[in-house]
Amino acid sequence: MSDAVQRVSTPGVSDEVAIQIIGMHKWYGQFHVLKDINLTVRRGERIVVCGPSGSGKSTMIRCINRLEEHQQGQIIVDDIELTGNLKNIDAIRREVGMCFQHFNLFPHLTVLENCTLAPIWVRKVPKAQAEEIAMEFLNKVRIPEQAAKYPGQLSGGQQQRVAIARSLCMSPRIMLFDEPTSALDPEMIAEVLEVMVNLAETGMTMICVTHEMGFARKVADRVIFMDGGEIIEQNEPEEFFNNPQSERTQQFLSQILAH
Amino acid sequence: MATQSIDGPKRGSLLSDQRTRAIVFQALAFFLVAVFFIYIGTNTARNLEALGISTGFGFLDSPAGYDVAMSLIPYTATDTHGRVFFVGLLNTLSVAVTGIIAATILGVILGVLRLSKNWLVSKLVYWYVEVVRNVPLLLQILFWYGVLLGLPRVRDAIPVFETMFLSNRGFYLPRPVPGDGIGLIIIAFFVAVIAIPIIARAARKRQEQTGQIFPVFWTSAALIIGLPALAAIVTGFPLTFDYPEKGGFNFKGGMVLRPEFVALWFSLSIYTAGFIAEIVRAGIQAVSHGQTEAAFSLGLKPNWTMRMIVLPQALRVIVPPLTSQYLNLTKNSSLAIAIGYPDLVSTFGGTSLNQTGQAIEIIMMTMLVYLTISLLISMLMNYYNKRIALVER
Ligand SMILES: Nc1ncnc2c1ncn2[C@@H]1O[C@H](COP(=O)(O)OP(=O)(O)O)[C@@H](O)[C@H]1O
Ligand SMILES: [Mg+2]
Repeated sequence: MSDAVQRVSTPGVSDEVAIQIIGMHKWYGQFHVLKDINLTVRRGERIVVCGPSGSGKSTMIRCINRLEEHQQGQIIVDDIELTGNLKNIDAIRREVGMCFQHFNLFPHLTVLENCTLAPIWVRKVPKAQAEEIAMEFLNKVRIPEQAAKYPGQLSGGQQQRVAIARSLCMSPRIMLFDEPTSALDPEMIAEVLEVMVNLAETGMTMICVTHEMGFARKVADRVIFMDGGEIIEQNEPEEFFNNPQSERTQQFLSQILAH
Repeated sequence: MATQSIDGPKRGSLLSDQRTRAIVFQALAFFLVAVFFIYIGTNTARNLEALGISTGFGFLDSPAGYDVAMSLIPYTATDTHGRVFFVGLLNTLSVAVTGIIAATILGVILGVLRLSKNWLVSKLVYWYVEVVRNVPLLLQILFWYGVLLGLPRVRDAIPVFETMFLSNRGFYLPRPVPGDGIGLIIIAFFVAVIAIPIIARAARKRQEQTGQIFPVFWTSAALIIGLPALAAIVTGFPLTFDYPEKGGFNFKGGMVLRPEFVALWFSLSIYTAGFIAEIVRAGIQAVSHGQTEAAFSLGLKPNWTMRMIVLPQALRVIVPPLTSQYLNLTKNSSLAIAIGYPDLVSTFGGTSLNQTGQAIEIIMMTMLVYLTISLLISMLMNYYNKRIALVER
């Protein structure tokens, strides 16, 4: 395959552990969704998670900020363990940003208000300052001119970029992406991926569920393949794509690279 | 859309032009309606004349000559039909307004409980809603009236906290009697009411500048209770109560809620609350779960997420059907006639009509009242709905 992939230059991965998942299991009623997940993410590391639909990718990353509750094992984010303790949950959610497949912007608030709501009410930032920060990030995602509009007036790609800016306004130390481009038209995918690449260049710790293999080759430090609620295989992108170990990975890759 | 093309080569005949046709049809419709009403009007006037019934509103000044069981303004049988109109109107308004308030509070609570994760609570509300919505309102009114009339006679009235009594003649409650210095308490209350928006504004300003969040809600609550309480202490509690006392056949003192009012108010409230509960449930559910998740992932706590993200969006869905529930409740209050609650329809539109025979004038006035109330409610709610409407592409 192409060895001509231009890797992004980044500040590099530190030794510090950002997220640690140890022997984590999750069930939906009788259904065993996640089976013995073990994963260590270092600060500044960028991880791409892929796998067939229904394999538990979303569920896994949603456990990291407690949108889903795990039943067994440990999840430690920034040295804080996720338990039923509401203080811990609040602390972790403040440090972890998340972008969703369907953007989930607040339709009754303007783009600017979407971006300033959490800084004002959670971080208690003065309004003027929050707006300044928001404009800075809207500039970075290249839509400062849309600040006064409502989400319903924007295209899908623009909405996803606002969603990314909204998360960044909380100055998270970790960003989670759950298929951020899979609800977008092809011409909009590029603009969102570009913003994500720029974010990677700043050294942000990122976990991205995505099937954009070009993005994985360009920015990922590690690609993780999940199937049936298990992590089947993980490797550096070149190794992962050129030399997949398990049969299931090979099958999956041949399927998504076929089109 | 107009299909008129000014410089187009083909121009159809005037009649095939959409805009012209629309105007022609509307004019035609208006003409037909006008002819219809003029015909009815002249015809009726001629018939009434033949029967020797005078038309006009002169009857409003003639004495009514009958008693009304309940009145918010002084009224005796020697007062005019015009006064009966106001007595009935106030009775209608009082049951409608208190009914709307109670139905809204109960309905919102039930709607939220319906979504509770607690299976039993959710099921109980489900059955409440099903029963209340599917039994005809008239039956419910008659049922509750029957229940109230089944209470003991005055002689054996059931005491509640030794100060209130339940009997088949009504609920007897202590009546507040203002003493000297009550003015100060009322002033204190209004000072609190005026202070709250000022404080809220200052709090918002301060938050915008420093980021500090000021507990506006709790401060307001403290003020609105605290200030009048303080005034009460200073003036030495100038509010006393006149307690009802059992006499031979009736109670002396206190005040009374008639069973007719209670039955009507209660039935209207719980009936409408069933519909409102469903509206509230649907409204909250219409806000996608993704909204809550996005708010959570930004670190917003559940109660703030409810207040700032879910409720504002749910209200958009809730307000229009809520308006029609308010209108329904108001119109349904005319079922008062079934149990003899003296509302506008049963007094002015009933007894006065029978006595004067001025059917057209009285029915027109009564209809006009309901129309006015309904339009007022609609206007208020539409205004509110416009303010919270979403901007879409
Ligand atoms: N709330 C839920 N209740 C029950 N099953 C669920 C729920 N959410 C997801 N699942 C199931 O868990 C599995 C993993 O889902 P998900 O993590 O969304 O997969 P992926 O993101 O990899 O497509 C799927 O089989 C899905 O049907
Ligand atoms: Mg998914």
